[in-house]
Amino acid sequence: MTQCDLVIIGGGPAGLAAAVAARKQGVEDILILERDGELGGILNQCIHNGFGLHTFSEELTGPEYAARFIEKVQEEAIPYKLHTMVLNITKEKTVTAMNREDGLFDIQAKAIVLAMGCRERPRGALNIPGYRPAGIFSAGTAQRLVNIEGFMPGREVVILGSGDIGLIMARRMTLKGAKVKVVAEVMPYSGGLKRNIVQCLDDYNIPLKLSHTVIDIQGKERLTGVTLAQVDENRRPVPGTEIQYKCDTLLLSVGLIPENELSKSAGIQIGSVTRGPVVNESLETSVEGIFACGNVLHVHDLVDYVSEEASMAGENAAHYIKNKEMYAARKEIPVNTGEGVRYTVPETLDIQRMRSNQTLRFRVGSVYTGAYVSVYLDDKRIQHKKRQVLAPGEMETVILKQEELQKYPKLQKITVRIEEE
Amino acid sequence: MEKRELTCIGCPMGCTLTVTMQDKEVVSLTGNTCKRGDIYGRKEVTNPTRIVTSTVRVKNGENPVVSVKTAQDIPKDKIWACMEAIHEIQVEAPIQIGQVVLKNVADTGVDLIATKNQRAVESRL
Repeated sequence: MTQCDLVIIGGGPAGLAAAVAARKQGVEDILILERDGELGGILNQCIHNGFGLHTFSEELTGPEYAARFIEKVQEEAIPYKLHTMVLNITKEKTVTAMNREDGLFDIQAKAIVLAMGCRERPRGALNIPGYRPAGIFSAGTAQRLVNIEGFMPGREVVILGSGDIGLIMARRMTLKGAKVKVVAEVMPYSGGLKRNIVQCLDDYNIPLKLSHTVIDIQGKERLTGVTLAQVDENRRPVPGTEIQYKCDTLLLSVGLIPENELSKSAGIQIGSVTRGPVVNESLETSVEGIFACGNVLHVHDLVDYVSEEASMAGENAAHYIKNKEMYAARKEIPVNTGEGVRYTVPETLDIQRMRSNQTLRFRVGSVYTGAYVSVYLDDKRIQHKKRQVLAPGEMETVILKQEELQKYPKLQKITVRIEEE
Repeated sequence: MEKRELTCIGCPMGCTLTVTMQDKEVVSLTGNTCKRGDIYGRKEVTNPTRIVTSTVRVKNGENPVVSVKTAQDIPKDKIWACMEAIHEIQVEAPIQIGQVVLKNVADTGVDLIATKNQRAVESRL
Protein backbone atom coordinates (compact mmCIF):
# COMPACT_ATOMS: atom_id res chain seq x y z
CA MET A 1 0.00 0.00 0.00
CA THR A 2 1.19 3.54 -0.76
CA GLN A 3 2.32 5.43 2.34
CA CYS A 4 1.84 9.16 2.81
CA ASP A 5 2.56 11.40 5.79
CA LEU A 6 -0.43 13.69 5.33
CA VAL A 7 -3.49 13.13 3.15
CA ILE A 8 -5.83 16.11 2.73
CA ILE A 9 -9.34 15.32 1.56
CA GLY A 10 -10.69 18.21 -0.47
CA GLY A 11 -8.90 20.87 -2.55
CA GLY A 12 -11.11 23.84 -1.71
CA PRO A 13 -10.06 26.82 0.42
CA ALA A 14 -9.73 24.67 3.56
CA GLY A 15 -7.67 21.90 1.96
CA LEU A 16 -5.36 24.33 0.18
CA ALA A 17 -4.61 26.40 3.30
CA ALA A 18 -4.08 23.26 5.38
CA ALA A 19 -1.63 21.86 2.80
CA VAL A 20 0.41 25.06 2.59
CA ALA A 21 0.58 25.40 6.40
CA ALA A 22 1.66 21.77 6.87
CA ARG A 23 4.39 22.15 4.25
CA LYS A 24 5.68 25.29 6.00
CA GLN A 25 5.95 23.20 9.17
CA GLY A 26 8.22 20.78 7.32
CA VAL A 27 5.89 18.02 6.15
CA GLU A 28 7.37 16.91 2.81
CA ASP A 29 5.02 14.09 1.94
CA ILE A 30 1.55 15.61 1.40
CA LEU A 31 -1.21 14.60 -1.01
CA ILE A 32 -4.41 16.57 -1.72
CA LEU A 33 -7.34 14.56 -3.12
CA GLU A 34 -9.98 16.58 -5.00
CA ARG A 35 -13.07 15.19 -6.71
CA ASP A 36 -13.60 18.13 -9.08
CA GLY A 37 -11.50 18.82 -12.18
CA GLU A 38 -9.70 21.79 -10.64
CA LEU A 39 -8.56 23.09 -7.27
CA GLY A 40 -10.39 25.92 -5.51
CA GLY A 41 -13.67 24.27 -4.58
CA ILE A 42 -16.84 26.31 -4.46
CA LEU A 43 -14.89 29.60 -4.76
CA ASN A 44 -14.62 28.95 -8.49
CA GLN A 45 -18.32 29.57 -8.97
CA CYS A 46 -18.54 32.47 -6.49
CA ILE A 47 -17.59 35.06 -9.09
CA HIS A 48 -18.88 38.01 -7.01
CA ASN A 49 -16.47 40.14 -5.00
CA GLY A 50 -16.10 40.63 -1.26
CA PHE A 51 -13.68 37.81 -0.42
CA GLY A 52 -10.38 38.26 1.36
CA LEU A 53 -10.86 41.59 3.16
CA HIS A 54 -9.39 40.07 6.34
CA THR A 55 -6.65 37.96 4.73
CA PHE A 56 -5.39 40.21 1.95
CA SER A 57 -6.90 43.61 2.92
CA GLU A 58 -8.51 43.86 -0.48
CA GLU A 59 -11.77 42.72 -2.02
CA LEU A 60 -11.32 39.77 -4.32
CA THR A 61 -13.73 37.61 -6.28
CA GLY A 62 -13.97 33.93 -5.35
CA PRO A 63 -11.77 32.65 -8.21
CA GLU A 64 -9.13 35.29 -7.42
CA TYR A 65 -9.09 34.32 -3.74
CA ALA A 66 -8.73 30.65 -4.69
CA ALA A 67 -5.96 31.47 -7.15
CA ARG A 68 -3.84 33.04 -4.38
CA PHE A 69 -3.85 29.73 -2.50
CA ILE A 70 -3.53 27.54 -5.61
CA GLU A 71 -0.37 29.51 -6.50
CA LYS A 72 1.06 28.81 -3.04
CA VAL A 73 0.34 25.09 -3.44
CA GLN A 74 2.09 25.14 -6.81
CA GLU A 75 5.07 27.15 -5.48
CA GLU A 76 5.49 24.60 -2.71
CA ALA A 77 5.10 21.82 -5.31
CA ILE A 78 2.52 20.03 -3.17
CA PRO A 79 1.14 17.03 -5.09
CA TYR A 80 -2.60 16.77 -5.75
CA LYS A 81 -4.90 14.43 -7.62
CA LEU A 82 -7.96 15.83 -9.42
CA HIS A 83 -11.10 13.91 -10.49
CA THR A 84 -10.40 11.73 -7.49
CA MET A 85 -13.21 10.52 -5.29
CA VAL A 86 -12.43 9.37 -1.77
CA LEU A 87 -14.73 6.45 -0.96
CA ASN A 88 -13.75 5.51 2.55
CA ILE A 89 -11.44 6.32 5.41
CA THR A 90 -10.77 4.14 8.45
CA LYS A 91 -9.82 4.71 12.08
CA GLU A 92 -6.37 3.37 11.15
CA LYS A 93 -6.11 6.23 8.61
CA THR A 94 -6.32 4.14 5.46
CA VAL A 95 -7.81 6.22 2.65
CA THR A 96 -9.58 4.44 -0.23
CA ALA A 97 -10.06 6.53 -3.35
CA MET A 98 -10.56 6.13 -7.09
CA ASN A 99 -9.94 7.95 -10.34
CA ARG A 100 -9.54 7.11 -14.04
CA GLU A 101 -5.74 6.88 -14.06
CA ASP A 102 -5.09 4.92 -10.87
CA GLY A 103 -8.35 2.98 -10.59
CA LEU A 104 -9.22 2.03 -7.03
CA PHE A 105 -6.35 2.57 -4.60
CA ASP A 106 -5.50 2.66 -0.89
CA ILE A 107 -3.16 5.06 0.88
CA GLN A 108 -1.90 4.59 4.42
CA ALA A 109 -1.60 8.05 5.99
CA LYS A 110 0.12 9.12 9.21
CA ALA A 111 -2.35 11.98 9.54
CA ILE A 112 -5.47 13.10 7.66
CA VAL A 113 -7.04 16.54 7.31
CA LEU A 114 -10.75 16.47 6.49
CA ALA A 115 -11.64 19.42 4.25
CA MET A 116 -14.65 18.17 2.30
CA GLY A 117 -16.79 21.27 2.81
CA CYS A 118 -20.56 21.23 2.93
CA ARG A 119 -23.54 20.73 0.67
CA GLU A 120 -26.85 22.50 0.26
CA ARG A 121 -30.01 21.37 1.97
CA PRO A 122 -32.19 19.86 -0.76
CA ARG A 123 -35.90 20.26 -1.45
CA GLY A 124 -36.61 16.91 0.18
CA ALA A 125 -35.58 18.35 3.54
CA LEU A 126 -38.32 20.99 3.30
CA ASN A 127 -41.38 18.84 2.64
CA ILE A 128 -42.86 21.20 0.04
CA PRO A 129 -45.88 19.47 -1.49
CA GLY A 130 -46.64 19.36 -5.21
CA TYR A 131 -45.28 17.67 -8.32
CA ARG A 132 -41.59 17.29 -9.13
CA PRO A 133 -41.32 19.31 -12.33
CA ALA A 134 -38.07 20.53 -13.90
CA GLY A 135 -37.01 24.03 -12.89
CA ILE A 136 -36.33 23.56 -9.18
CA PHE A 137 -32.67 24.01 -8.30
CA SER A 138 -30.61 24.61 -5.22
CA ALA A 139 -29.15 28.12 -5.48
CA GLY A 140 -25.61 26.72 -5.65
CA THR A 141 -26.48 24.43 -8.57
CA ALA A 142 -27.94 27.38 -10.46
CA GLN A 143 -24.79 29.34 -9.62
CA ARG A 144 -22.62 26.64 -11.15
CA LEU A 145 -24.81 26.43 -14.27
CA VAL A 146 -24.65 30.19 -14.86
CA ASN A 147 -21.08 30.95 -13.83
CA ILE A 148 -19.14 27.85 -14.97
CA GLU A 149 -21.26 25.95 -17.48
CA GLY A 150 -22.50 29.19 -19.03
CA PHE A 151 -26.23 28.74 -19.38
CA MET A 152 -29.33 30.08 -17.70
CA PRO A 153 -31.58 27.70 -15.80
CA GLY A 154 -34.70 29.84 -16.31
CA ARG A 155 -36.33 33.21 -17.04
CA GLU A 156 -38.88 33.89 -14.32
CA VAL A 157 -37.54 33.11 -10.90
CA VAL A 158 -38.75 32.79 -7.32
CA ILE A 159 -36.12 32.26 -4.61
CA LEU A 160 -36.88 30.55 -1.32
CA GLY A 161 -34.43 31.35 1.46
CA SER A 162 -32.52 34.58 2.00
CA GLY A 163 -29.14 33.09 2.84
CA ASP A 164 -26.21 34.72 1.09
CA ILE A 165 -26.21 32.32 -1.86
CA GLY A 166 -29.89 33.05 -2.50
CA LEU A 167 -29.30 36.80 -2.39
CA ILE A 168 -26.24 36.60 -4.63
CA MET A 169 -28.18 34.50 -7.13
CA ALA A 170 -31.09 36.97 -7.13
CA ARG A 171 -28.68 39.61 -8.43
CA ARG A 172 -26.88 37.24 -10.75
CA MET A 173 -30.04 35.98 -12.45
CA THR A 174 -31.27 39.57 -12.80
CA LEU A 175 -28.03 40.76 -14.41
CA LYS A 176 -28.23 37.81 -16.81
CA GLY A 177 -31.68 38.94 -17.97
CA ALA A 178 -34.03 36.88 -15.81
CA LYS A 179 -36.89 38.38 -13.83
CA VAL A 180 -36.56 37.58 -10.13
CA LYS A 181 -40.06 38.10 -8.77
CA VAL A 182 -39.54 37.63 -5.06
CA VAL A 183 -37.24 36.23 -2.39
CA ALA A 184 -39.19 34.50 0.39
CA GLU A 185 -37.74 33.86 3.84
CA VAL A 186 -39.53 31.71 6.42
CA MET A 187 -37.81 33.44 9.36
CA PRO A 188 -38.73 36.96 10.47
CA TYR A 189 -35.16 38.09 9.61
CA SER A 190 -32.78 37.36 6.74
CA GLY A 191 -29.95 34.90 7.23
CA GLY A 192 -27.81 36.85 4.78
CA LEU A 193 -25.41 39.76 5.23
CA LYS A 194 -26.93 43.28 5.25
CA ARG A 195 -24.56 44.19 2.50
CA ASN A 196 -26.12 41.53 0.26
CA ILE A 197 -29.67 42.63 1.04
CA VAL A 198 -28.80 46.15 -0.10
CA GLN A 199 -26.57 45.35 -3.07
CA CYS A 200 -28.39 42.27 -4.40
CA LEU A 201 -32.07 43.00 -3.68
CA ASP A 202 -32.58 46.72 -3.04
CA ASP A 203 -30.34 47.76 -5.96
CA TYR A 204 -32.59 45.79 -8.33
CA ASN A 205 -35.94 46.38 -6.59
CA ILE A 206 -36.37 42.69 -5.79
CA PRO A 207 -38.89 42.29 -2.96
CA LEU A 208 -37.95 40.30 0.16
CA LYS A 209 -40.89 38.70 1.93
CA LEU A 210 -39.98 37.77 5.49
CA SER A 211 -42.04 35.17 7.39
CA HIS A 212 -43.16 33.67 4.07
CA THR A 213 -42.67 30.24 2.57
CA VAL A 214 -43.59 28.17 -0.48
CA ILE A 215 -46.69 26.08 0.21
CA ASP A 216 -47.42 24.74 -3.26
CA ILE A 217 -45.57 23.99 -6.48
CA GLN A 218 -47.40 23.90 -9.82
CA GLY A 219 -46.47 22.37 -13.16
CA LYS A 220 -46.04 18.81 -14.31
CA GLU A 221 -43.18 18.80 -16.84
CA ARG A 222 -41.75 22.25 -16.12
CA LEU A 223 -42.48 24.46 -13.16
CA THR A 224 -45.28 26.92 -13.99
CA GLY A 225 -45.77 28.65 -10.66
CA VAL A 226 -45.52 28.57 -6.89
CA THR A 227 -47.79 29.68 -4.06
CA LEU A 228 -46.34 31.62 -1.15
CA ALA A 229 -48.03 32.12 2.18
CA GLN A 230 -47.23 34.03 5.32
CA VAL A 231 -46.25 31.91 8.33
CA ASP A 232 -47.07 32.44 11.99
CA GLU A 233 -44.56 32.43 14.86
CA ASN A 234 -44.51 28.60 14.72
CA ARG A 235 -43.68 28.77 11.03
CA ARG A 236 -47.10 27.40 10.07
CA PRO A 237 -48.79 28.91 6.97
CA VAL A 238 -51.58 31.40 7.76
CA PRO A 239 -54.73 30.62 5.72
CA GLY A 240 -55.89 33.48 3.55
CA THR A 241 -52.40 34.93 2.97
CA GLU A 242 -51.62 32.89 -0.15
CA ILE A 243 -50.02 34.72 -3.08
CA GLN A 244 -49.64 33.14 -6.49
CA TYR A 245 -46.46 33.67 -8.55
CA LYS A 246 -46.06 32.57 -12.15
CA CYS A 247 -42.48 31.35 -12.66
CA ASP A 248 -40.45 28.68 -14.47
CA THR A 249 -37.69 28.45 -11.88
CA LEU A 250 -37.52 28.04 -8.11
CA LEU A 251 -34.15 28.40 -6.41
CA LEU A 252 -33.68 27.03 -2.91
CA SER A 253 -31.19 28.67 -0.56
CA VAL A 254 -32.22 27.00 2.64
CA GLY A 255 -29.07 26.14 4.51
CA LEU A 256 -25.84 24.18 4.30
CA ILE A 257 -24.92 20.86 5.86
CA PRO A 258 -21.32 19.72 6.46
CA GLU A 259 -20.54 16.72 4.28
CA ASN A 260 -19.45 14.06 6.76
CA GLU A 261 -20.17 10.67 5.20
CA LEU A 262 -16.43 9.92 5.16
CA SER A 263 -15.97 11.10 8.74
CA LYS A 264 -18.72 8.72 9.80
CA SER A 265 -17.05 5.83 7.96
CA ALA A 266 -14.05 6.31 10.24
CA GLY A 267 -16.32 6.32 13.31
CA ILE A 268 -15.66 10.01 14.01
CA GLN A 269 -18.02 11.57 16.53
CA ILE A 270 -20.30 14.22 14.93
CA GLY A 271 -21.74 17.19 16.85
CA SER A 272 -25.53 17.54 16.82
CA VAL A 273 -25.53 21.34 16.34
CA THR A 274 -22.60 21.89 13.96
CA ARG A 275 -23.21 18.55 12.20
CA GLY A 276 -19.43 18.45 11.85
CA PRO A 277 -16.83 16.44 13.78
CA VAL A 278 -16.41 17.16 17.48
CA VAL A 279 -12.85 18.48 17.79
CA ASN A 280 -10.31 19.40 20.47
CA GLU A 281 -8.09 22.49 20.60
CA SER A 282 -5.91 21.04 17.81
CA LEU A 283 -8.97 20.63 15.55
CA GLU A 284 -8.37 16.91 15.96
CA THR A 285 -11.49 14.73 15.74
CA SER A 286 -12.41 11.91 18.12
CA VAL A 287 -10.07 9.69 16.05
CA GLU A 288 -6.41 10.40 16.83
CA GLY A 289 -4.49 11.93 13.94
CA ILE A 290 -7.56 12.90 11.90
CA PHE A 291 -8.10 16.66 11.83
CA ALA A 292 -10.97 18.73 10.39
CA CYS A 293 -11.31 22.31 9.16
CA GLY A 294 -13.49 24.57 7.05
CA ASN A 295 -17.14 23.97 6.28
CA VAL A 296 -16.94 20.23 6.96
CA LEU A 297 -16.28 21.17 10.59
CA HIS A 298 -18.90 23.93 10.90
CA VAL A 299 -20.45 26.25 8.31
CA HIS A 300 -18.49 29.51 8.16
CA ASP A 301 -19.66 32.97 7.18
CA LEU A 302 -16.36 34.19 5.68
CA VAL A 303 -13.80 32.25 3.69
CA ASP A 304 -11.06 34.22 5.47
CA TYR A 305 -11.93 32.35 8.66
CA VAL A 306 -11.88 29.06 6.76
CA SER A 307 -8.32 29.76 5.59
CA GLU A 308 -7.25 30.79 9.08
CA GLU A 309 -8.76 27.72 10.71
CA ALA A 310 -7.42 25.39 8.02
CA SER A 311 -3.89 26.77 8.46
CA MET A 312 -4.17 25.83 12.14
CA ALA A 313 -5.35 22.33 11.22
CA GLY A 314 -2.43 21.94 8.80
CA GLU A 315 0.09 23.09 11.40
CA ASN A 316 -1.45 20.83 14.03
CA ALA A 317 -1.35 17.82 11.70
CA ALA A 318 2.34 18.55 11.09
CA HIS A 319 2.91 18.78 14.84
CA TYR A 320 1.07 15.50 15.35
CA ILE A 321 3.20 13.65 12.79
CA LYS A 322 6.37 14.66 14.68
CA ASN A 323 5.05 14.51 18.26
CA LYS A 324 2.56 11.70 18.20
CA GLU A 325 3.03 10.86 21.88
CA MET A 326 1.59 14.26 22.91
CA TYR A 327 -1.76 13.37 21.39
CA ALA A 328 -2.21 9.96 23.02
CA ALA A 329 -2.92 11.41 26.46
CA ARG A 330 -6.40 12.87 26.53
CA LYS A 331 -6.87 15.14 29.52
CA GLU A 332 -9.24 17.41 27.74
CA ILE A 333 -11.44 19.95 29.47
CA PRO A 334 -14.94 20.37 28.01
CA VAL A 335 -15.98 23.73 26.59
CA ASN A 336 -19.67 24.14 27.46
CA THR A 337 -22.25 26.36 25.79
CA GLY A 338 -24.06 28.69 28.19
CA GLU A 339 -27.11 30.90 27.58
CA GLY A 340 -27.33 32.22 24.03
CA VAL A 341 -24.44 30.18 22.61
CA ARG A 342 -25.43 27.48 20.10
CA TYR A 343 -22.08 25.76 19.76
CA THR A 344 -18.34 26.23 20.15
CA VAL A 345 -15.41 24.94 18.09
CA PRO A 346 -13.34 23.40 19.63
CA GLU A 347 -15.57 21.48 22.03
CA THR A 348 -12.71 20.35 24.29
CA LEU A 349 -9.31 21.71 25.17
CA ASP A 350 -6.00 20.30 26.47
CA ILE A 351 -4.03 22.92 28.37
CA GLN A 352 -0.63 21.38 27.49
CA ARG A 353 -1.31 21.29 23.77
CA MET A 354 -3.28 24.51 23.39
CA ARG A 355 -1.68 27.52 21.77
CA SER A 356 -0.57 30.47 23.89
CA ASN A 357 -3.51 32.34 22.33
CA GLN A 358 -6.18 29.80 21.50
CA THR A 359 -9.05 30.83 19.21
CA LEU A 360 -12.50 29.58 20.13
CA ARG A 361 -15.25 30.14 17.56
CA PHE A 362 -18.96 30.12 18.28
CA ARG A 363 -22.38 31.21 17.06
CA VAL A 364 -25.22 32.78 19.00
CA GLY A 365 -28.87 31.65 18.85
CA SER A 366 -30.57 34.98 18.25
CA VAL A 367 -29.89 38.69 17.71
CA TYR A 368 -28.44 40.63 20.69
CA THR A 369 -27.53 44.31 20.91
CA GLY A 370 -25.20 45.61 23.57
CA ALA A 371 -24.83 42.19 25.21
CA TYR A 372 -21.68 40.73 26.76
CA VAL A 373 -19.70 37.67 25.73
CA SER A 374 -18.48 35.98 28.91
CA VAL A 375 -16.05 33.14 29.53
CA TYR A 376 -16.13 31.18 32.78
CA LEU A 377 -13.48 28.83 34.14
CA ASP A 378 -15.68 26.66 36.34
CA ASP A 379 -17.62 29.37 38.25
CA LYS A 380 -15.09 32.17 37.85
CA ARG A 381 -15.72 34.73 35.10
CA ILE A 382 -12.47 35.58 33.32
CA GLN A 383 -13.80 37.46 30.28
CA HIS A 384 -16.72 39.84 29.96
CA LYS A 385 -16.69 41.86 26.78
CA LYS A 386 -19.41 44.09 25.41
CA ARG A 387 -20.40 43.62 21.76
CA GLN A 388 -22.38 46.17 19.78
CA VAL A 389 -24.29 43.43 18.06
CA LEU A 390 -24.35 39.64 17.95
CA ALA A 391 -26.28 37.82 15.22
CA PRO A 392 -26.78 34.14 14.34
CA GLY A 393 -25.46 34.74 10.82
CA GLU A 394 -22.05 35.90 12.05
CA MET A 395 -19.35 33.73 13.57
CA GLU A 396 -17.90 35.05 16.83
CA THR A 397 -14.57 34.38 18.50
CA VAL A 398 -13.00 34.53 21.93
CA ILE A 399 -9.30 34.08 22.64
CA LEU A 400 -8.18 31.97 25.59
CA LYS A 401 -4.69 32.45 27.02
CA GLN A 402 -2.72 29.32 27.93
CA GLU A 403 -0.90 31.28 30.64
CA GLU A 404 -4.16 32.08 32.35
CA LEU A 405 -5.60 28.56 32.11
CA GLN A 406 -2.41 27.07 33.58
CA LYS A 407 -3.24 28.84 36.84
CA TYR A 408 -6.22 26.51 37.27
CA PRO A 409 -4.81 22.97 37.62
CA LYS A 410 -8.15 21.59 38.82
CA LEU A 411 -10.22 23.16 36.04
CA GLN A 412 -13.30 21.02 35.25
CA LYS A 413 -15.06 23.03 32.56
CA ILE A 414 -14.94 26.17 30.46
CA THR A 415 -18.24 27.92 29.63
CA VAL A 416 -19.02 30.58 27.03
CA ARG A 417 -22.29 32.47 27.52
CA ILE A 418 -24.06 35.65 26.47
CA GLU A 419 -25.04 37.97 29.31
CA GLU A 420 -27.27 41.02 29.17
CA GLU A 421 -25.09 42.84 31.69
CA MET B 1 -35.47 69.28 1.01
CA GLU B 2 -35.42 65.61 0.10
CA LYS B 3 -35.16 62.82 2.66
CA ARG B 4 -33.77 59.40 1.80
CA GLU B 5 -33.69 56.27 3.94
CA LEU B 6 -30.83 53.81 3.60
CA THR B 7 -29.70 50.66 5.36
CA CYS B 8 -26.06 50.89 6.39
CA ILE B 9 -23.97 47.93 5.19
CA GLY B 10 -20.98 48.60 7.44
CA CYS B 11 -21.79 45.86 9.96
CA PRO B 12 -24.59 43.48 10.95
CA MET B 13 -26.38 46.16 12.98
CA GLY B 14 -27.75 47.55 9.72
CA CYS B 15 -28.61 50.99 11.05
CA THR B 16 -31.38 52.84 9.22
CA LEU B 17 -29.84 56.07 8.00
CA THR B 18 -31.89 59.13 7.15
CA VAL B 19 -30.14 61.50 4.79
CA THR B 20 -31.53 64.96 4.17
CA MET B 21 -30.50 66.48 0.85
CA GLN B 22 -30.84 69.87 -0.77
CA ASP B 23 -29.71 70.50 -4.34
CA LYS B 24 -27.77 67.25 -4.36
CA GLU B 25 -25.84 68.27 -1.23
CA VAL B 26 -26.11 66.36 2.03
CA VAL B 27 -27.58 68.66 4.68
CA SER B 28 -27.72 66.13 7.48
CA LEU B 29 -27.34 62.43 8.19
CA THR B 30 -28.93 60.75 11.19
CA GLY B 31 -29.49 57.22 12.45
CA ASN B 32 -25.89 56.05 12.26
CA THR B 33 -24.14 54.75 15.38
CA CYS B 34 -20.59 55.07 14.10
CA LYS B 35 -18.33 56.90 11.69
CA ARG B 36 -18.61 54.20 9.02
CA GLY B 37 -22.35 54.82 8.72
CA ASP B 38 -21.72 58.49 8.07
CA ILE B 39 -19.18 57.82 5.33
CA TYR B 40 -21.32 55.15 3.68
CA GLY B 41 -24.51 57.25 3.77
CA ARG B 42 -22.90 60.31 2.21
CA LYS B 43 -21.30 58.37 -0.62
CA GLU B 44 -24.39 56.30 -1.29
CA VAL B 45 -26.61 59.34 -1.89
CA THR B 46 -24.09 61.45 -3.81
CA ASN B 47 -22.05 58.95 -5.82
CA PRO B 48 -23.16 55.32 -5.42
CA THR B 49 -20.73 52.91 -7.09
CA ARG B 50 -20.45 49.14 -7.44
CA ILE B 51 -17.94 46.63 -8.72
CA VAL B 52 -19.72 44.61 -11.41
CA THR B 53 -18.89 40.91 -11.73
CA SER B 54 -20.12 38.61 -14.47
CA THR B 55 -19.00 36.08 -17.06
CA VAL B 56 -17.89 36.48 -20.67
CA ARG B 57 -18.16 33.86 -23.43
CA VAL B 58 -14.91 32.08 -24.26
CA LYS B 59 -13.64 30.79 -27.58
CA ASN B 60 -11.51 27.61 -27.56
CA GLY B 61 -11.49 27.44 -23.77
CA GLU B 62 -11.94 24.49 -21.45
CA ASN B 63 -15.12 26.13 -20.14
CA PRO B 64 -17.72 28.04 -22.19
CA VAL B 65 -17.41 31.17 -20.00
CA VAL B 66 -14.83 32.95 -17.84
CA SER B 67 -15.47 35.18 -14.84
CA VAL B 68 -14.74 38.91 -15.10
CA LYS B 69 -15.03 42.08 -13.03
CA THR B 70 -14.69 45.81 -13.46
CA ALA B 71 -11.17 46.68 -12.29
CA GLN B 72 -12.62 49.46 -10.10
CA ASP B 73 -16.11 50.34 -8.95
CA ILE B 74 -18.30 52.06 -11.52
CA PRO B 75 -21.30 54.39 -11.08
CA LYS B 76 -24.38 52.42 -10.13
CA ASP B 77 -26.41 53.78 -13.04
CA LYS B 78 -23.86 52.33 -15.50
CA ILE B 79 -24.42 48.73 -14.37
CA TRP B 80 -26.87 47.88 -17.15
CA ALA B 81 -24.77 49.48 -19.89
CA CYS B 82 -21.82 47.53 -18.52
CA MET B 83 -23.80 44.25 -18.63
CA GLU B 84 -24.84 44.87 -22.22
CA ALA B 85 -21.23 45.32 -23.24
CA ILE B 86 -20.30 42.16 -21.33
CA HIS B 87 -22.95 40.13 -23.17
CA GLU B 88 -21.72 41.23 -26.58
CA ILE B 89 -18.09 40.21 -26.33
CA GLN B 90 -16.23 36.94 -26.61
CA VAL B 91 -12.66 36.33 -25.51
CA GLU B 92 -10.19 33.78 -26.83
CA ALA B 93 -8.44 31.32 -24.50
CA PRO B 94 -5.86 31.07 -23.00
CA ILE B 95 -6.85 33.71 -20.46
CA GLN B 96 -4.81 34.96 -17.50
CA ILE B 97 -6.13 36.43 -14.25
CA GLY B 98 -6.01 40.23 -14.49
CA GLN B 99 -5.98 40.23 -18.29
CA VAL B 100 -7.98 43.13 -19.76
CA VAL B 101 -10.98 41.66 -21.56
CA LEU B 102 -12.59 44.94 -22.54
CA LYS B 103 -11.09 48.43 -22.24
CA ASN B 104 -13.16 51.33 -20.92
CA VAL B 105 -16.35 49.35 -20.45
CA ALA B 106 -19.50 51.41 -21.19
CA ASP B 107 -17.44 54.63 -21.22
CA THR B 108 -16.77 54.43 -17.50
CA GLY B 109 -13.02 54.77 -17.91
CA VAL B 110 -12.72 51.41 -16.14
CA ASP B 111 -11.46 48.20 -17.75
CA LEU B 112 -13.11 44.82 -17.55
CA ILE B 113 -10.60 42.19 -16.39
CA ALA B 114 -10.61 38.39 -16.13
CA THR B 115 -10.74 36.95 -12.60
CA LYS B 116 -9.74 33.39 -13.46
CA ASN B 117 -7.15 31.60 -15.56
CA GLN B 118 -8.45 29.47 -18.37
CA ARG B 119 -6.51 27.11 -20.61
CA ALA B 120 -7.16 26.74 -24.31
CA VAL B 121 -8.26 23.40 -25.73
CA GLU B 122 -7.75 21.94 -29.18
CA SER B 123 -10.70 22.62 -31.44
CA ARG B 124 -13.42 20.08 -30.80
CA LEU B 125 -14.11 19.58 -34.52
